[in-house]
Amino acid sequence: MSMKISTRQVDGITILDLSGRITLGEGSVQLRDSVRDLLGKGQKKILLNLGDVNYIDSSGIGELVSAYTTVRNQGGELKLLNLTRKVHDLLQITKLYTVFDIKDDEASAIASYAHA
Amino acid sequence: MTGQQASRVTYTLDSSLDSVNKVEQTAEQMARKAGVDEDEIFRISMAVREAAVNAVLHGNAYDPDKRMTASFENTGASLVIRITDEGKGLDPATLPDPLAPENLLRGSGRGIFLIRSFMDEVHFRQLHPGTELTLIKHLGAAPAGA
Repeated sequence: MSMKISTRQVDGITILDLSGRITLGEGSVQLRDSVRDLLGKGQKKILLNLGDVNYIDSSGIGELVSAYTTVRNQGGELKLLNLTRKVHDLLQITKLYTVFDIKDDEASAIASYAHA
Repeated sequence: MTGQQASRVTYTLDSSLDSVNKVEQTAEQMARKAGVDEDEIFRISMAVREAAVNAVLHGNAYDPDKRMTASFENTGASLVIRITDEGKGLDPATLPDPLAPENLLRGSGRGIFLIRSFMDEVHFRQLHPGTELTLIKHLGAAPAGA
């Protein structure tokens, strides 16, 4: 039922590979803590790989939005990668699909970040 | 479980995330048993989860002395799910529109919107104290929000 997060670095971008559910409670809190931890380390270019996220509720959607605004407010960039159809549909229904920068290919996602 | 009839089951649950998960799983099983397709099972179980979250989090505020009830009924024509809480009440007319540009980046406020998007009918009733949400999915109808 819970979510797993693993972290890797590619060309200065931090990729969080998420799997499971982002819901009220554990998944949302894990995501918030992970993003906060990265920002604390000065890692502000973040790519959330949602390819193995099979479920997200309104709390999880809210957490994605909060992560996006938190990173942006600190001068960073947070993008989404590999949305499942369910997550894609939810972001469309909630009109967030146009808010997020959403990618479906990791290499082009990495290349799309501003490189200092 | 506090009562059961032929096609209706009612649970009285504490105000916890475990209760939310139980209600969601029951809705999923009910929808699956009714023969609706996978996409509709997802929509129904998610709407019911959101209603349960609303009851436990916003209604009862995790108060251990307050209960949520959840009843599930397949009338043959519809799936009817009722979720009640013992909170201070909810006036749906006061909820901000989560699709309004000024609200798009808010970190909350999408639960009731998703419930309305995914179900065919949603009714609110004030219980003094508390709120009852009735969620209805007509069987054989076109998917809500399609």
